[in-house]
Formats: sequence, C-alpha cells, structure tokens
Amino acid sequence: MIRLVLHVWRQAGPSEPGRFERYEATEVEPDMSFLEMLDVVNERLVLEGRDPIAFESDCREGICGSCGFMVDGVAHGPGRGAAICQVHMRQFRDGEDLRIEPWRARAFPVLKDLVVDRSALDRIVAGGGYVSVPTGSAPEANTLPVPKPQAELALDAAICIGCGACVAACPNASASLFAGAKVAHLGRLPQGQPERHARARGIVGAMDAEGFGHCTFIGECSAACPKSIPIEVISFMQRDFIRASWSRREWRPGIAGGPWFRGGSGPVGDPGSSEGDER
Amino acid sequence: MTGPDAVADPRLDARIPTGPVAQKWERRRDEARLVSPTNRRRYRILVVGSGLAGASAAASLGELGYGVDVFTYHDSPRRAHSIAAQGGINAAKDYRNDGDSVARLFADTVKGGDFRSREANVYRLAQLSVRIIDQCVAQGVPFAREYGGTLANRSFGGTQVSRTFYARGQTGQQLLLGAYQALLRQAALGSVDVHPRTEMLDLVVEAGRARGIVTRDLGDGRLRVWTGDAVVLATGGYGNVYHLSTNARNSNATAIWRAHRRGALFANPCFTQIHPTCIPVAGAHQSKLTLMSESLRNDGRIWVPARPGDRRPPDQVPEGDRDYYLERAYPAFGNLVPRDVASRAAKRVCDEGRGVGPGGLGVYLDFRDSVERLGVETIRERYGNLFDMYRRITDEDPYRLPMRIYPAIHYTMGGLWVDYDLMSDLRGLFVLGEANFSEHGANRLGASALMQGLADGYFVLPITIGDFLARHAPESLAPDHPACAEARTDVEARLDRLRSGRGSRTVDSFHRELGRLMWDYCGMSRSAAGLRAALERIPALREEFWRDVRVAPGERINESLARAGRVADFMELAELMCVDALHREESCGGHFRVEHQSEDGEALRDDEGFSYVAAWEWRGPGEAPVLHREPLQFDRVKPARRSYR
Repeated sequence: MIRLVLHVWRQAGPSEPGRFERYEATEVEPDMSFLEMLDVVNERLVLEGRDPIAFESDCREGICGSCGFMVDGVAHGPGRGAAICQVHMRQFRDGEDLRIEPWRARAFPVLKDLVVDRSALDRIVAGGGYVSVPTGSAPEANTLPVPKPQAELALDAAICIGCGACVAACPNASASLFAGAKVAHLGRLPQGQPERHARARGIVGAMDAEGFGHCTFIGECSAACPKSIPIEVISFMQRDFIRASWSRREWRPGIAGGPWFRGGSGPVGDPGSSEGDER
Repeated sequence: MTGPDAVADPRLDARIPTGPVAQKWERRRDEARLVSPTNRRRYRILVVGSGLAGASAAASLGELGYGVDVFTYHDSPRRAHSIAAQGGINAAKDYRNDGDSVARLFADTVKGGDFRSREANVYRLAQLSVRIIDQCVAQGVPFAREYGGTLANRSFGGTQVSRTFYARGQTGQQLLLGAYQALLRQAALGSVDVHPRTEMLDLVVEAGRARGIVTRDLGDGRLRVWTGDAVVLATGGYGNVYHLSTNARNSNATAIWRAHRRGALFANPCFTQIHPTCIPVAGAHQSKLTLMSESLRNDGRIWVPARPGDRRPPDQVPEGDRDYYLERAYPAFGNLVPRDVASRAAKRVCDEGRGVGPGGLGVYLDFRDSVERLGVETIRERYGNLFDMYRRITDEDPYRLPMRIYPAIHYTMGGLWVDYDLMSDLRGLFVLGEANFSEHGANRLGASALMQGLADGYFVLPITIGDFLARHAPESLAPDHPACAEARTDVEARLDRLRSGRGSRTVDSFHRELGRLMWDYCGMSRSAAGLRAALERIPALREEFWRDVRVAPGERINESLARAGRVADFMELAELMCVDALHREESCGGHFRVEHQSEDGEALRDDEGFSYVAAWEWRGPGEAPVLHREPLQFDRVKPARRSYR
C-alpha cells in the first residue's frame, strides 16, 4: 500500500473562484484504479461532513468518455492510450504529490471542481457529423461493398470517445482532433460521400462558433488521446474543408448554437433553462 | 412484505395480433392507426434515456415529425451504457450460407430464453433484425468486413450459425454513435430537444395514463415537471442492484421503479443474467466489474486443473492435467454454450476447489491453441482491444498466459411489463430495450441486447406509438394540474428526507452491503432458505439506510444525493426480486433454484406450473405485492428441455 498527497482544484460553480486544496490518500492499493482511489477519498470527506470532490465517470472501462481531468498537467494522467478510469495506482510511487485539475478551455466552462461542460462537442457533431438516412430508407446492407482496409481506417477514427482530452492537451484548446475524427470516420466510407463537403463545412463552422482555438499541428492532442487517434484525421478534415469551400454546393440548414440544447446544466450555454417552460 | 399476496386473476392482455406467428407483425402494422404528417407536430413525446433504444426511438420519432424531448442524466446522450457493449449484434441475414433464417434466430432466442419469453415478440425481433443492419450500415457504422468488401460475421453462444455482426470489440459504441448522430441531426433540425444532466425522478399519472415526468437537473438541482402525450422509458436494466456488475456506475432502476410505484407492473424481476467471462474481483475497493466479450469464446478454450488444489502456474499444467470442462460436458456447443450454462459450470468447478487465482474464484480462458493455429496477428486483430484492457486491469499478458475470468452480473431480462405494442399497463407509458421484460425470457443470448434495443426504437415504437396517439387528441396536462403537483411534491419530500441524512454510513457502504446480500442469496444459485433470509435482512437494511445514511450537503452536482435516491430504490426492488425468485419454484435460464435441478446439475423447468410471465403490482411500502400472470403459449417452438450437450 502507498500514500499520496493530492492537490485538487476545487471550484463551487462556473462563476466562483477556484483554488487547489490538499488531501491525503492513505492506504492506496496498487490494484485500485485512479477513480477508485478518489472514491475512497470522497467517502471520507462525506463522513467528515465536507463537500466531496466532484468528478465525472460512468463505465469505468474507457469507452463512455465521461471521465477525464489533468494529473500533473497531463490529460488522463500517465499511461498512454488510456482514460483516467483505466489508470491503476501501481503506476505511482509512495509519497508522490499529484496535482489534479479540470480540462482548461474556453469552450469547456468549469461547472464544479473537475467537472466541465463539454456540450460544445455535441454541437460540433450536430453541425454535420452524421449521414442523413431516415429510419427505414436504407438499402440492403451488402449492396455497397466497403474495402476492408477502408472500413478499418474509418473505425480507427470512429473509436473517439468524446472525452475532450484532445482539447485540454492542445495549447490552442482546439477541437480539431475530435472534429477531424468524425469527418474522417464518415468521409472514409462510401455512405458518407453524398454529404462530405457539407459535413466538413458544418463541423468546422460549429467548431469555430463554439470558441475552440485553431490547429497548428503541435500533436499534443493525439498523444493525449485515450484511443490514440492519429493526427492524420485533422489533415483529412482540412482537405475536405478546403475542397468544400471551392465547391458550389448548398449549405445545409444551420446548426451551431441552435435552440436544441435546452434544460441542461445551469447557467452555462443554456439559454432556455432559466425560464420555467414547464409543459 | 414476505411473499405474494393472494394470486390475482391474470388477464393481462398482451394484445398480440391473431394469426400465424410469422404474420403477426405485418398484421399489426397494417392495422395500426396512423397520425397524419401534419398532425404529428401537435403531439409531444417524452423519451427518457438516450441509449440504443432511446436514441433510436427519439431520432425516428423526430424524423416522423412528432415533437420529442429526450432526457439523459449523462452530460451527453452519447454516454449511455449501450456504448460499452462489446461483442456484436445478431441478424438473420444468412450471409454465411450456414442455414440461418428468421425462423432459426427466433427459435434459438426462444430456446436460449428457456421458454419464458413471448413467442410473438421474439419472432418480430428476428424479422426486424435484418433491417437493423441495413439501417446501421447506411448510417456509416463501420462493421467488420471481408476482403471482398461484404460484411463479416462471427459466432456467439447458444447458436450453431454465424450471425453476429461486429465492429472489433466495440460494437455497442459504433451502433450508439450511429443512433446518437441520427438524434443530433434531429436536434439540429429542431424536431428533438435534448436535455442532458436531467434525471427522471417520478412519473405523472392521471386516470391510469402516463402524462408526464418530474426531473431533477443534476447540474443545479432544480426540479421540473414535463408533460406530454406519451412517455417512453428507455432507461436500461437494474443489474446494479448487486453493486458489483458490468453495468456502468450510474446505471440505475429509478425511472422504472418510480413508474412501478405509480402503477406499472414489474415482470420477472428475478430473471438476471450472469455473464461467464468477466475479470475477477481484485479487492474491497472495487467499484465495478469489467466484461471480457463473449466473442472471446470463439477462440479461447475454458479450463481448470483436473485436480482440486493444483496451484501450478497455468503454463506448467500439462494437457493431461487440464479439464476443458465445457468441451467435455457439452460436446455439441463446447465453449459456446449459453451464458447461464457457462456461468453455472464455472461456479461448479470453483465450488469443487478447482478454481484458479486469488481466492480460487476464477477459471482460465486460454488462447494458446488459437495463437498456434491462427498466429498472434489474427488474434490481435480480432480481440486486440480486449487483450489490452485485460492487461491494463490485471497487469498480466493474455498473449502469454491464459486470462482468468469469473461470472458477474451483466444484464437483467426482467423489467416493466409491456404488451405487444411495448406499452405498459399504464396507458401512454411505453418501455423499450433492457427496461422492459419482453424478448429474452429467463436468459438472453449474446448479441441480442443491441438487436432488441434498436428493433424497439427504430422499428416497433414508431408504429405502435402512432396507433396509440391516433386514438387520443393531442393534449398535454397543464403544469399546475393536481397530478403534476402531487408528483412534484412527492419528489421534493423524498429529496428532503435524503438530504437530512446525517448518519454514520455512506451511500456506497449501504449499496455494497445490499449487493453482497443479493449476490449471495439471489445470484447464481438461489434456495428457498436463502431467499427467506434475504427477505428478512433487506427490510432491516433499508430501515438502517434511512436512519443512518450520510448524504453530502448541497444541490450543485451532488453525486452523493443522486446516488442515495438510486440506492434507496434498489433496496425496494431487491426485495421484489427475492419475492419473485422465491415464488418461482423451478429453475429456468438465469434463475437457478437449487431445489430444482437434475442429477447432473442442469436446470429443471416446470412448464406445468410456471409457464407464465410473473407481473407484480406495487401495493405500497412494506406491503406484499400482488402477482398477475400472463400465460405463455408456444405454437411454433415446442418447449423442450434445453440441451447443449
């Protein structure tokens, strides 16, 4: 068993000031996951009548994308190709000091402690990250063959879990890896061709509207990605965007910042929720 | 509550269309009333849950032109637990020319469910399976392909054909992203409103009809009442009653349990699935268990040492000292027997002292022979991400040493009772996916959950909800209607009670204790004595919970408060599960009563006595629930003792 000293970012709400607070994690077992270690700290805080550390998690096996924060300045902490829920305590030394803080990006306002609002990522997908195929209108599945390598490449991009680590790791807070992964996933498949240009424009437009920074090919995003999505997806997106800008096809109905995101999570990015429009 | 009250007269009308099973769905569709396109926007449908069933339903209803609200407690609809499904999705495409057909998928599913599912629903599921694959491929789901560009398949437990479509070990993720993208397309077009971080805490019922829901904003704690013309629950299963399961941390039963308390019948609550291939428990701190996909059983061989107490490392146990017990006992299906059979067999060899790993609670899943036969690259291509996940958790290399696996709670076949149209006995309340009870009987076959969620959402509900709405003029209750006010007041009172908890134990400590109790007494094997013991201890634990729980203060993102409400509901549901398990004096599928087994330890069904759906009615806290029975009829597949030997 080991003992750790945690310096955790505590912030009561989006407009409250935040600060680091010190906690000791004792009796940490090597087989524990990082989040289980935090569970134990939180159990103690609750019993002491203190506010537990707010962090998000759900599947705890690296697929849902709920969890994520910085450990010593590294998104998802040590361990390449893993979300923080998949990092185990055997990677840490006894007595180590760890600095734990939320994703930092203008497009991801802090809601509380380590929890940020990542709904901007949903709005990027809503900007065109789909194939417009109404239920029932699909042709027989084997009608359109997809070469195996092509399907595999599409899946390499489609495995993105939407955690936001790429944005947090990027010095520009760009969402290009996330957006590029969606553009490349669909653009590499024959099913994605009819809307390929509109998709690139819609997604890039939504990304800009959300206040993410631009990509300068630093590559931190791909290094931090728990699914190791390659940076080529960004060039894929940029190429499609440039081609789309030359083409004279119509824009599709616009999206970004649209009215769909209601109810949500309090004052941030949530114009509809302050009025009680109960029905 | 200690046992069933006087058995109520059944007469649960499932409203199954007449005629041969193969034509029932076509008939239902042809006879369903329609809402005209111009009228659809006047109806408002509340969809709770954004997993495969909820997202596919909401997207499809939005495309049809209905007004749709989608609620999810996650920060994004894409995080629903469907995302974690690994292995695949079944469909009767017969691409392999191995004799598959709709009738065979239907028969396999009915048999796999140990003849406790509704024939008509299963047949419809098998019919629709084909269109699901078409739909998903068109959406851009990158399924595995053959070199010629056509779709690839693999085998799953309980079948002798290859009908499972997959995307590496993350099929659920890819299917959910397809449905999520379709949903966001509708959101962008303005036909669907998405409400993330919004948890349903109660159902508004007026004159026997579901009219709305009460939600709590997990961000700022605010309560709201939403009303509409129909409510759709697609909120998943209740496996987290057991605390440790393969379900995600936040998966819970609150939405369906609150609906149950408002009058919806709860069917077959004791039918739970224990998955044979999970990573064994490592310690007391453990927060959840991780599944290793069933697809691994295609190429992995399961064994334990032949002699009890053999502690040699696996690579030093010679072939003659190994017992490949599934291949030995079930030569026809071998390692691909259904999940309930594989789980019980693992428990049996561990009970004999032949288990491996810490505590002797594990068996080997060995890839040595397949690596020799196919090469390490093929194995890596098929299962690479699962092997990585295993190594990360256990710090052992499965390319070199066999995996250690043990059964864990994975899925719940029981759920809210629904008729053929997926409507509960509360009019206007539709229940989809794992949250309902209907297609899997007493045991679900692998790769069938994804199929059911998407069949319900893409293809069944859009027809059947239209039929319901066409019979009712569009009209939502006013938010100040007494039924809304009552539900809201109830929620406030309950939250106040939870908030006032200033005791000495955390919510998790109660959850852990409840889970342990359920695993011991209502888990892989159940006995009358054990269930009676559980029925004494659960109310005591519940009483202690309300007296001694400690909940963190504050409204803003207070996970402790959210979890407290869910655990309180689990405690009531756990009791109903034990009541149901005690009443069902037979063994079938995942429900194994030690009193009812053959000489060789196989489950003994009682078709005379128990060929029915047990649908329970809530009568109040501490009151005995009332049993309603829907008799099951098998016209197409005759019930027989399941044999995989």
